[in-house]
Amino acid sequence: MTVISDAVWTTEEVKVCGVAVRLRKRGAGPPLFVLHHDIGTLESLPFYESLAQRFTVYLPSHPGYDGAERPAWLRSARDVAVIYQALLALLKVGPVNLVGLGFGGWIAAEMATMSPQAFRRVILVGAMGVKPTHGEILDQALLSYIAYARAGFKDQRAFDRLYGTDPSTPQLEQWDLNREMTFRIAWKPYMYNPALPHLLGGVRSRTLVVWGRADKVVPLECGEAYARAIPGSRLAVVEKAGHCVDMEQPDALVKLISEFTAGS
Amino acid sequence: MHLMYFTEQPMSAYPAQAGKDFGATALMFSNKHFDPVAGSRLYNEYIEHYKLAEEVGFDGIMLNEHHNAPFCMQAKCNVFASILAALTKKVKLVLLGNPLPLAENPVRLAEELAMIDMISRGRLVSGFVRGGGQEQLAAGVNPAFNRERFEEAHDLIIRTWTQEGPFRWEGTHYQHRVVNPWAVPLQKPHPRVWIPGVLSKETIIWAARQRYPYVALSTAIPATKKIWELYDSVAAETGYTAGPENRGYLQRCHVAETEEKAMANARQFMWMQGEFTGLAHPVWSTPSGYFSPSYRKAFVEFAVGRGVNPRAAAFEDQIRDQQIIAGTPKTVIPKLRRLLEETRPSIVGFWASDGFVSNADATTCIKLLGQEVLPAVREMGKELKLLSPFEAEAPVSIRESKGPAPAAA
Repeated sequence: MTVISDAVWTTEEVKVCGVAVRLRKRGAGPPLFVLHHDIGTLESLPFYESLAQRFTVYLPSHPGYDGAERPAWLRSARDVAVIYQALLALLKVGPVNLVGLGFGGWIAAEMATMSPQAFRRVILVGAMGVKPTHGEILDQALLSYIAYARAGFKDQRAFDRLYGTDPSTPQLEQWDLNREMTFRIAWKPYMYNPALPHLLGGVRSRTLVVWGRADKVVPLECGEAYARAIPGSRLAVVEKAGHCVDMEQPDALVKLISEFTAGS
Repeated sequence: MHLMYFTEQPMSAYPAQAGKDFGATALMFSNKHFDPVAGSRLYNEYIEHYKLAEEVGFDGIMLNEHHNAPFCMQAKCNVFASILAALTKKVKLVLLGNPLPLAENPVRLAEELAMIDMISRGRLVSGFVRGGGQEQLAAGVNPAFNRERFEEAHDLIIRTWTQEGPFRWEGTHYQHRVVNPWAVPLQKPHPRVWIPGVLSKETIIWAARQRYPYVALSTAIPATKKIWELYDSVAAETGYTAGPENRGYLQRCHVAETEEKAMANARQFMWMQGEFTGLAHPVWSTPSGYFSPSYRKAFVEFAVGRGVNPRAAAFEDQIRDQQIIAGTPKTVIPKLRRLLEETRPSIVGFWASDGFVSNADATTCIKLLGQEVLPAVREMGKELKLLSPFEAEAPVSIRESKGPAPAAA
């Protein structure tokens, strides 16, 4: 285990299932795991900074994403979920709050089905993983890296503020690498697990489903399906947000998370 | 030399303006623009062209396949190979080739090819390709595993052809609990395998390691020389000396009665706006994981319109570089001589016409090639000692390099 500290984030590599999982950590307070999108994540976001005021934020890079080691054998979102379960067991941080964003929401949902009572709270935000009945999950294979990342935002100015109006070539290469990894583990069926809606019926962790009203990547009906499938869960819709609620409406999302995780 | 006739089987009856308006003529360009009446006519014209090619003296007919695009109507090269296996008598049926990663069942492919080999009485050359980037999407096949699937499907097919069944195959991408197809190839140890390519170094290296002839697809002469440098060095490392029998080249070459007509028709090689495989949407033609990581920077820039297409070149440049040759037989022969002298291939495919070239002109081109160009090229081949794999009795592969050359059983 190597640990690198700067003033804000601590980065360590934790060996789990033979894979060096890169784990960043920041803040103080109850533990909260954040699982990032399929496009990876920027190093720093107002969303993380705000969460770190209230929580100890754990931010793993999914294996193969954002330059993290790629296990050649990884084949499904469920495989990633198992790696994270093993990571949590190793860290011994006790019951944690789990936040999954988009593709990370799918991984979080898989984790919730594996250990029904393990999580203090589960928050799924625009989560992939469930097949829509009427609409479709946006196929990134047909879109440029920039067009796909932009599709996650209702307000393109929010994208511009974070990535710039014309993202750099290294950013494009990163997106290409992340996309390749997404293809390796979520190609077919694309971005859902047919068994998941059934398995979600066994979840006993308290769960909040959050969706951007203008999500063009995963239809809102999937949020409704999650809320129906997970016992006792509810759906909160954030206005003026697309798929990437965390980047477009960070304050609203942090408020929802804070309120939902407050109390026993 | 082994001289082959080739056509992309262009679907010239589609509304070209619709493609330009849409901005792409592949994958998502709607098949509402496909006209099956014209398609039926064109397929039958192409069959006549292939029969004529045999009649005028070509040694082989090169077939390929592509999907979801008007630049190539042939969606399954095994279908045309089957037809030609029965309709022709002498020509080799050179499939360049079956896109292995698109196959969910390589054993079925091995069976089909064995049938074609038997029906043609041992005239099959079974090339294999990775399939274009957008074809992974057209087939719903994961581009990130393209090369792994290519190699594993190849290994399974060769084993199916060479090892008595039944056996079991538990691979990474293919699992077959019983491999025991009744039909096996006529040629022993198995039909020759030739590998075509245009860009990927990995494919050249792989082909050289297998001792499979590599067929360079219309590359410029300096690029072709670099291909042979790489191929030859890998061959030397692998323990054999590569020669003309390892080298193939596909030459776009249109011949007509006059220079003017030939040049006008040759412009049709650019009918897909200079794109080799149709006017491609850059994202669809380079799906993540399909290209080797060494090309990642070039392709991500290309995909967002920042870089130039690493493959397309202007018509005038391609004429100058001899990627396209056009003229009367008298003027094209010296250009072909330059190709043979500088790059020394023993296998030459003539990609004769493309796009909207009329049936009459395409037919004339095949006749002129057969009557005037091929005899001259054969003479040059003798003079330059460009022996084809058949003439050189080259082993079919590195595995079989100590055994006999393939022959009908």
